[in-house]
Amino acid sequence: MLEFTFSVILENLLLATRWTILLSLIAFVLGGVVGLIVLFARVSHSRALRTLTIGYIELFQGTPLLMQLFLFFFGVALLGVEVSPWVAASLALTFWTSAFLAEIWRGCVEAIPKGQWEASESLAMTYTEQMRHVILPQALRIAVAPTVGFSVQVIKGTALASVIGFVELTKAGTMLNNATFRPFLVYTLVALIYFALCFPLSWYSKRLEGRLNVAR
Amino acid sequence: MSLVSIKDVRKSYGANEVLKGVSLDIKRGDVTAIIGRSGSGKSTLLRCINGLETFQSGSIAVDGMAVGDGKTDLRTLRRHVGMVFQQFNLFPHLTAGENIMLAPTVVAKEQKGEARAMAESLLEKVGLEGKFDAYPGQLSGGQQQRVAIARSLAMRPTVLLCDEITSALDPELVNEVLRVVEQLASEGMTLILVTHEMRFARDVGTKLVFMHHGLVHEEGDPKALFANPGTPELAQFVGGIH
Repeated sequence: MLEFTFSVILENLLLATRWTILLSLIAFVLGGVVGLIVLFARVSHSRALRTLTIGYIELFQGTPLLMQLFLFFFGVALLGVEVSPWVAASLALTFWTSAFLAEIWRGCVEAIPKGQWEASESLAMTYTEQMRHVILPQALRIAVAPTVGFSVQVIKGTALASVIGFVELTKAGTMLNNATFRPFLVYTLVALIYFALCFPLSWYSKRLEGRLNVAR
Repeated sequence: MSLVSIKDVRKSYGANEVLKGVSLDIKRGDVTAIIGRSGSGKSTLLRCINGLETFQSGSIAVDGMAVGDGKTDLRTLRRHVGMVFQQFNLFPHLTAGENIMLAPTVVAKEQKGEARAMAESLLEKVGLEGKFDAYPGQLSGGQQQRVAIARSLAMRPTVLLCDEITSALDPELVNEVLRVVEQLASEGMTLILVTHEMRFARDVGTKLVFMHHGLVHEEGDPKALFANPGTPELAQFVGGIH
């Protein structure tokens, strides 16, 4: 029989951490891409597009991520399509991330003074040219710190994927606890690993914020 | 034939009518100074000319292109109408040279090398040779405004709109900007300036427009009008300034 020594527990948790990291990366990268599309729609000149994206953002920000995971996992299955926990978790986290990133970035776009729009408009630029050459390069600068900061929320959000049977760090912790009956040890380790993932990011985000403010 | 033709333009913000039927004709090569109290509608009128503001009725045409009738593409119009702003509005993430090169390369699709050469000669023209690689944040207000003028000249506009371009400057920096504008005037550029620089309006302007309560209250030769205001309002305005 397998002996659950400290090192075995830690090793298994660290192996599961790979999936937490991978799921976070998927959610963050895909969420970033979708978020950029949502951002463009959110700040566009079309009222219909704006209203639609406000609805999208409200929907994903106004419901618990847990419910979104359930709906993607069980809801899509009702349509006769079998979804793996991987797919369901990736989709739910992507949409959830995109809604928050789009809103964070909208704030950054709107922080760019109106004169920048007017000057580039007067130079006969199209909306896309204004965005690409004038607005986004400036918005990006102020967006870096809050975006990195939000990645911490994404990492912690992946923990909820455990409820649909996705074996990442939290789920592995639960399984190890069931086998060892040492909840305090197991969950302390789980928490420490999350902290080790998140702390460098929050620290980096704070540093970026400070640096960009000084440059202003 | 006038280059800029404004006919009975009306504009309201809600119940507040700021332009109450403005008509104005500006010939090629005119240096038109628009003066008046704040709130008289002069900046709004200027911003209507390149479509930054819309108006409810009347018409504006620049070089035969109608503004705001939905038929003329505003972009086509704006390639012929340059604008310089009170707050400079340079792009802070680009160098002085890149600010000037942006529209020629992105909008007019000129080659980088060509655009660069033109940017350099324009910087020289506004007295800023050697500042190509400086960022706006490293320049004084007067230098920034001169870069902004060079930036709009890079599109070779037929008419240049200047919206209180010296109002945000420290007094000792005003003249370096006015000298550039005066040089443009002497080269025959059509200029429309909203300004509080009365001496400049009188000495460099070829036409003076006094706006009052959303209307053109008086217009004519600057020297004659300053010496002999035709209405008590202009007399009071000119007197109040000196």
